[in-house]
Amino acid sequence: MNLADGVQLVSFGILALMMIGAALGVVLLSNIVYSAFLLGLVFISMSGLYILLNAGFVAAAQILIYVGAVSVLILFGIMLVNKREDYVPVPNAWIGTVATASVCAGLFALLSAMVLATPWAISSAVPVGDGAVVVIGKHFFTDFLLPFELASVLLLMALVGAIVLARRDFFPEQTEEDQLVLPERPRELVSGGQK
Amino acid sequence: MSSGIDLQGSFIQLLTDSGLPIGVAKTVWIPLPMLIIVAAVTVLALVSTWLERKVSAAAQQRIGPEYMGPFGLLAPAADVIKLLFKENMLPAKTDPWLFAIAPLMVFIPVFLSYLIVPFGQNMVITDLNIGIFLWIALSSIAPVGLLMAGYASNNKYSLLGGLRAAAQSISYEIPLSLSVLAIVMMSNSLSTIDIVNQQSGYGILSWNIWRQPIGFLIFWIAALAECERMPFDLPEAEEELVAGYQTEYGAVKFMLFYAGSYANLVLSALLVAVLYLGGWESPIPVSWLASLIGVSESTPWLQVIAASLGIVMTLFKAYLMIFLAVLLRWTVPRVRIDQLLDLGWKFLLPVSLVNLLLTAALKLSFPVAFGG
Repeated sequence: MNLADGVQLVSFGILALMMIGAALGVVLLSNIVYSAFLLGLVFISMSGLYILLNAGFVAAAQILIYVGAVSVLILFGIMLVNKREDYVPVPNAWIGTVATASVCAGLFALLSAMVLATPWAISSAVPVGDGAVVVIGKHFFTDFLLPFELASVLLLMALVGAIVLARRDFFPEQTEEDQLVLPERPRELVSGGQK
Repeated sequence: MSSGIDLQGSFIQLLTDSGLPIGVAKTVWIPLPMLIIVAAVTVLALVSTWLERKVSAAAQQRIGPEYMGPFGLLAPAADVIKLLFKENMLPAKTDPWLFAIAPLMVFIPVFLSYLIVPFGQNMVITDLNIGIFLWIALSSIAPVGLLMAGYASNNKYSLLGGLRAAAQSISYEIPLSLSVLAIVMMSNSLSTIDIVNQQSGYGILSWNIWRQPIGFLIFWIAALAECERMPFDLPEAEEELVAGYQTEYGAVKFMLFYAGSYANLVLSALLVAVLYLGGWESPIPVSWLASLIGVSESTPWLQVIAASLGIVMTLFKAYLMIFLAVLLRWTVPRVRIDQLLDLGWKFLLPVSLVNLLLTAALKLSFPVAFGG
């Protein structure tokens, strides 16, 4: 094993540990703000894995979209919702927790069985590496044109929907009495020329 | 095009000649440019704080720093020493972890972005294929740090300042990326080296600023907003928000925010130089001068002079832009938050889209001038 392989192995280990740890934190921590920040860490570790796979463009796009947009939006959502509610302890809350845990464990077992049972065909093609931008662009405008356009229409619909939800159609009319008046007696203006 | 001097190649050559295996030689090389760049960026940021003081003093007909070293040059050093020796305190009921991590989240992406700033043909840490896109991606991490600082400080002014800063930074990222996209379209590459090489050939006449005047203005306005410089420094509007998300910070953590903001300003100015002002190319091409006096381009002394001239040129252009930014700071009043968002979404975004379409049309119709 030469130096480069060793560095790659160690970075893979660190990134994988960071990702799994942060993902567990997202689910298990009770503070929702911590969960949101840890989600950002999960996305950053994923982009690190992309870099290890020689997919620099995908890694940068991952940071730009998931860390820079999705995480920030989630944080905005959390910080702008100003709803304070006291936590009411639910009787027998442990049943829900146990049910959730068992469902998650079953799902995990199913998925790992599937992963282990599937004969994965490892591609022998040479990684594109630096030419990825050109290859991705060509795919977008040839065989992946329809999904690409559909995704953009979906995003446009979300955009229009957000604007419709956020805009105010009703503006309260201002009447004369509503206007702010200084709490002072109105005085005659004294002009300088009069004696 | 001559390749100029290749420090990395010669250094590794030297080590392998003295008997080291090539892998070890490369490993020895890797930290050197990083350390040099980190040190250089720190110095550049300190110099820009000094410039800020001196230029603002001149704008207000004062003298500015005077007694700390010649022309007050040691004032930034005094700042750093003061901030280093201050007590590192934690305000009551803050979130200790997030409070400590937030300045790093703002500081590290800025320093990481210097990876792609070229000072010469081979004078860059890595000539990444995704180049300028890396900077756009990394600068989108900063809002997370700002929100973190605002939330962790347990202070409503901090929270408001953090939310404002994040909103501002998100909305100005879009015109910024679109104006960069127009440049990328012209040079057919995301790599900063290729972008500069595409502007070489005819000296000052071939710089992108003549082909992208609208893009240049949009980029500079958006970059100022990203750096929270004066017309757009709402997150720190002191008459409304004390100091925004920095209110509760002091000592080393404040220094990280402060250094980060000035390093970001220097970075933006350097990228203006790279994208629009021809990077390391001098206004009169060196190769033309060399052929005029009849010296071959591969002459060693000429290459050393050309490389040093390249560094000086890049820094000169960048500091010209910083000077402009400081003058702007002391000339224009601050905009309101609604004006800021109006400017970003209703003016800069459509204009930058039109600019992108125009560039595409011109590229199709005049492939000679617009990099077909």
